[in-house]
Amino acid sequence: MHIPDGFINGVTSLGAGVVAVSGLGASLRRAGKELQDRQIPLAGLIAAFVFVLQMLNFPVVAGMSGHLLGGALAAILIGPWMGMVVVSVVVIVQALLFADGGISALGLNIVNMGLLTVLSGWLAYRLLMAVLPKKAGSVLLAGSLAAWFSVVVSSLGFVGEYAVGGAGGASLSTVLAAMSGTHSLIGIGEGLITAGVLGSVLAVRPDLVHGARLFGIRHADNAELSRRAVGAFIAGGIAVAILLVTVVAPRASSDPDGLERVAIDQGFADTASEQPLGDTPLSEYGVAGVEDEQLGTVLAGLIGLGVTFLAGVGLVLLARRSRGRVESR
Amino acid sequence: MSGTHTHALFVHGHSHLHRLPASTKLGALGLFVLAVVLTPRESFWAFVVHAVLILSAMWLAGLKPGFVAKRLVIEIPFVLFALFLPFVAGGDKLDVLGLSLSIEGLWGGWNIVAKGTLGLAASIVLTATTTVPDLLSGLERLRVPRLITSIAGFMVRYLDVIAGEMHRMRLAMLSRGHDPRWIWQAKAYATSAGALFIRSYERGERVYYAMTARGFAGQMPTFDAERATATEWMGALLLPAVAWTAVAVAVLA
Amino acid sequence: MSVPALEVVDLSYHYPDGTEVLRNAGFHIHPGERVALLGPNGAGKTTLVFHLNGIFRPDSGSVIVAGLPLDDEHVKEIRRRVGIVFQDPDDQLFMPTVGQDVAFGPANYGVEGAELQTRVNDALSAVGMLDVAGRPPHHLSVGQRRRVAVATVLAMKPEIVVLDEPSSNLDPASRRELADILTSLDITMLMVTHDLPYALELCPRSLVMNEGSIIADGSTRQILSDRELMKANRLELPLGFDPNLTL
Repeated sequence: MHIPDGFINGVTSLGAGVVAVSGLGASLRRAGKELQDRQIPLAGLIAAFVFVLQMLNFPVVAGMSGHLLGGALAAILIGPWMGMVVVSVVVIVQALLFADGGISALGLNIVNMGLLTVLSGWLAYRLLMAVLPKKAGSVLLAGSLAAWFSVVVSSLGFVGEYAVGGAGGASLSTVLAAMSGTHSLIGIGEGLITAGVLGSVLAVRPDLVHGARLFGIRHADNAELSRRAVGAFIAGGIAVAILLVTVVAPRASSDPDGLERVAIDQGFADTASEQPLGDTPLSEYGVAGVEDEQLGTVLAGLIGLGVTFLAGVGLVLLARRSRGRVESR
Repeated sequence: MSGTHTHALFVHGHSHLHRLPASTKLGALGLFVLAVVLTPRESFWAFVVHAVLILSAMWLAGLKPGFVAKRLVIEIPFVLFALFLPFVAGGDKLDVLGLSLSIEGLWGGWNIVAKGTLGLAASIVLTATTTVPDLLSGLERLRVPRLITSIAGFMVRYLDVIAGEMHRMRLAMLSRGHDPRWIWQAKAYATSAGALFIRSYERGERVYYAMTARGFAGQMPTFDAERATATEWMGALLLPAVAWTAVAVAVLA
Repeated sequence: MSVPALEVVDLSYHYPDGTEVLRNAGFHIHPGERVALLGPNGAGKTTLVFHLNGIFRPDSGSVIVAGLPLDDEHVKEIRRRVGIVFQDPDDQLFMPTVGQDVAFGPANYGVEGAELQTRVNDALSAVGMLDVAGRPPHHLSVGQRRRVAVATVLAMKPEIVVLDEPSSNLDPASRRELADILTSLDITMLMVTHDLPYALELCPRSLVMNEGSIIADGSTRQILSDRELMKANRLELPLGFDPNLTL
């Protein structure tokens, strides 16, 4: 989702711009050695590939369709540094050539879609691969979970930005619930398609998959998620979504009304001279209190997400282990 | 919500705006949009100033309002969000035709729609009056690293090629009766996306060979594009200067 | 005898998986000659082409371009001397505009300013494409793209131009226009092709390659008339085409 101008206030947007520039700069430096030479045209081609993927709709439910963000996929296919460069270039081109996403929001969009998805997807993938057996099936499993995770983290990035400088009026817990909830569902599609793409590349050119090369996985005939894994993944994603919406988000803030005002106040403190603050409990919060409360909301969301994510991983691992036992019998 | 086609929005023309160096237009766009975003939402008159500026830029560029309006649809999801705000936001309520609307939500919605539309319209004016190669060399002039502009250049060059490959694969699937309705039937989609990645990767290697064959040794050559004169910069910056003046008056007043 | 424009001596090469692609391939081409390289799919033609400018390096054997041996020291100069026109013009035309793409090669060799502009204009004029210099390559037809691809190589002032399947995917009119352009160029040429009438029209001499070796070397008309040789190497003329009745 490309944030337009005016959605997040100017100061926050500029701050995100600084984060984007430094993040992109760091990835350029890390990817730099390879990028100097043969990888420049390659990176451009992969960027075009990601752009085309984002244009294409795949079926989700009875006629509804979605499209891939591709951050985690890019990380696993070409590595995290190149991945961040490539997906960020896609976001930049979308803004400048296709007027997709605001110019002032370019930094926000690079952070959410170009940096957060790739980085969180890659971290989740590495963590999972550390515990999973080093074979093609694991790449798919870890890839699908990492892709799911990356989409949800990206949405939390938006929630964080909204908390700091959102121009709206919707309470933070509403935004948190809506964003993380829907993205847990969107993440199911992202995860399954990511696994499918990884499987089909592994079957033909396993040498092209960075995340497989890294673990010495060279052969993969017909790597595919099992039906049971797909079912568990879909059910898990839905369960997390429900959990986020019903339990985590409301708990995240005891006073949604107050928090909403915090968001507004923060958002407009420097652009509007007067705010309709009224005499709400807000006056009791000092600046430190305000920050703590906001941070608490996002932190609670993150912790809830992490716990459910780990629980899901644990369940899948258990299921795999028991199935492995059955098969080896 | 990405674009649905691979063609940038360039509209052929010979206006002053078309002829301005891309670097000055990029600079002007950035400054103008920043002014828009920083405009206090209560200052309606300042938004009117911004809108007049954009409309005159469109008029100068010879862009038809219909063209710009058509591209504005990209904003619809956010407009819906903005419309949604008065109903969900808290705070003092205002009764309109029996509906209880949050005043804060109304302000928030207005803020998003006004700023989003102005920013988007400004972006459209830039992309409609600047060719892709000019845009890339303009970015280079503005000190965007060559690595980024080079990758973006390759990306734009091969968008159509790769989209065409994907399109042909889809036609081949449709021709054989493929019509998936559910996510677990999307395997064919994933498989063709995987094939597309392999093709893109292999083309990337062939392009590299083609570059090497013409003496490429790791540094993309620079081609001297036209340098912007002080007059051109002044012309381009006129628009954001007016916008910033409006913002300054609005904030200080 | 003059120094050959291109000399290939006993070239052998195998893929990392062990498949032998080139086996003692050898031939030479003299300045001003136009030579066709014929052979079935998988004969090793494209692999051979990639050896001519050092993109691939042989297991044994050597490539000498106008007296200069292909080695680490001379590879850059060899790449200027051997201009390769790739089969897919989309692989070859990668810069944002046609003009920048034609300039890419000479710019890599330090040509700049007015001289670079002259090179670009001359090369584009030679293929009749000067008027599209400012356009992005993907807005051109396949035939126009192929002609621009030839120009990108001409701009480097090569000793020899190597074309990989120049007539593939062209409609008859574009194929004709390209033939007229290629014959109008005063340059040494090696042309890989499955289009045998094209070979006959453009190249007085042909090489036949199969299983990594040069099987035959002679006049194109004679080779196309040799039924045994043609059949053994999976070469086939279009129905009703008689190489001795044309031209």
